[in-house]
Amino acid sequence: MSTPIAAGTLSASSPAASRGRTLRRWRRRIALLGESTPATVGIVLILAWVALALLAPLIAPYPPNANDMAALAHTTPSRAHWLGADHLGRDILSRILWGARPVLVIAPLAVLGAAVLGSLLGLAAGYYGRWIDLVITRACDIVLSFPVIILYMIILAHFGSSAWNIIGVLTLTKAPIIARIVRGMTLDLREREYVAAAKMRGESALYIMLVEILPNARGPLVVDMCLRTGYNVIIIGALGFLGIGLPPPDPDWGGMVKDTYGMMMVWPHMALFPCAAISSLVVGFNLLAVGLRELGLRD
Amino acid sequence: MKRFVVKHLLFLLLTLFAVSFLVFTLNEFSPGAVARKILGAYATQEQVDLLTTQMGLDRPVLVRYVDYLGALASGDLGYSTRFKLPVRDVIFKHLANTALLAALAFACIVPLSTVLGVVAGMREASRLDRAILMFSTVVASIPEFALGVFLASVFVVWLGWLPGTATLLAGGGWSVAAQLVLPVAVIVLFDSGYVVSMIRASMVEVMQRPYIRTAVLKGLPFRSVILRHALRNAMLTPVTVIMLQINYLIAGVVVVETVFAYPGFGRMMLEAALFKDIALIEAGALVAVFLAVVTNILGDLAYMLLDPRIRA
Repeated sequence: MSTPIAAGTLSASSPAASRGRTLRRWRRRIALLGESTPATVGIVLILAWVALALLAPLIAPYPPNANDMAALAHTTPSRAHWLGADHLGRDILSRILWGARPVLVIAPLAVLGAAVLGSLLGLAAGYYGRWIDLVITRACDIVLSFPVIILYMIILAHFGSSAWNIIGVLTLTKAPIIARIVRGMTLDLREREYVAAAKMRGESALYIMLVEILPNARGPLVVDMCLRTGYNVIIIGALGFLGIGLPPPDPDWGGMVKDTYGMMMVWPHMALFPCAAISSLVVGFNLLAVGLRELGLRD
Repeated sequence: MKRFVVKHLLFLLLTLFAVSFLVFTLNEFSPGAVARKILGAYATQEQVDLLTTQMGLDRPVLVRYVDYLGALASGDLGYSTRFKLPVRDVIFKHLANTALLAALAFACIVPLSTVLGVVAGMREASRLDRAILMFSTVVASIPEFALGVFLASVFVVWLGWLPGTATLLAGGGWSVAAQLVLPVAVIVLFDSGYVVSMIRASMVEVMQRPYIRTAVLKGLPFRSVILRHALRNAMLTPVTVIMLQINYLIAGVVVVETVFAYPGFGRMMLEAALFKDIALIEAGALVAVFLAVVTNILGDLAYMLLDPRIRA
């Protein structure tokens, strides 16, 4: 990296004062979020799932893969199994709690990967222009024109599906969208005075892109990353449902529905509860995105 | 206009080449693997080797790719090992089924989301707007398979009004029309949530323009301000979005097709991928990309026709 000068040393104030200012700014932002009902509901839903996922080993009443043969005779919700048991006698509540873990790791990681890759591509395309822009934009268009779910099926069926393969595939297919947003903003921002000033100071291109341009493009990016996380949760669920998601037997919400929706006429609860779990998490991310956009935290 | 079409057709060709090459090399890079996939796990190594030489799979990938392009150009898409039929017959049968599903859904999505989006966006932050925004956000957040399970548990399990599968076969005593209701409903709900929010955002933006204020101050009735002044401009951006939905409706409805056991294109691709039916995967990917790029071009064209400023 050619950025030995950290951003902090450029500002005249002491690190402590600047830290205090950042803290205050964050406190103001959080207070602002509280004023928006969708944002509040969204954050509560997300945090609730994060807490449940973290506490799963402590609060789950059974091990997620343990078969309770006695429960097989009576799978509907009961005092022993609050949300009932599935077709193999496994406790549904425990599986839902444990199943929150992979989703909450994979979805944000994939968004982060896409944000990093997409930002770099978008910055390069917007900043350098010419043939670099042309190559990157065309490559992005090609990836975007492919119906993603079919791409996932081809790739995952070929390479087998593991958490890392899913993260990789999600990163590659979401990065072009982010690249497109960042490119548009870079085209606009690179003409600003402070970029010209940085150029005149003799800063490297990498420094200008990462320190001068990217922070100013972060607003729309944050809203988009929030939406993207929700979509990733949907896709991870859909992949599990199609049988090309995380490998069994460890609980995965989509996979739980896949195993049991065929028995809906007899035991609808087996598919309904995991469906409710995944829906509430995605609703959380999308409400937060609506709230963020409303509050104009894009500045 | 002419330049536009030529430029986009070139891009279409480039995309098709890129995708066919990627999918081809992905599937056929290791020569032995292809014969192995065709013959299955229980064939002996000798049989695999024999088929490899017979099919000329021991030649370099590039040579075989050029061969493959030649076969494609002459209309030969290969033979599906999963369905034991020529790929052409398999693909077009399934594509026709999906087109039926997509057409029905599209016919509901466009009017429904236009009305909801315009009504919500014309008075931003009104109670009606909030209600529609919340509804579309929540509906678009529920994964298709979950939406399918929710609707099926009400209308199939509880009320018993509709069948839970849509195999398009007459057996089971349900008419094809009844079979189509739930799949179409799931697609319409899931997709219009997204389209409504796009149309609403565009409408909100248009309503803040000066010419709308002028029209209102001129004393025009609100109705004609919306219908004559706002609507046309507000529909500019969403037209592209709406055209892009065709792409989703044809290739993206795998999950809905799987929920309801619908014999469509997406489910065919899933089976092909799981079964390693290489010829079908390659041809299906090309068809999917072709449709995607063409709808993209149509979207841009529609945008140009609606917006006189970029009509050249």
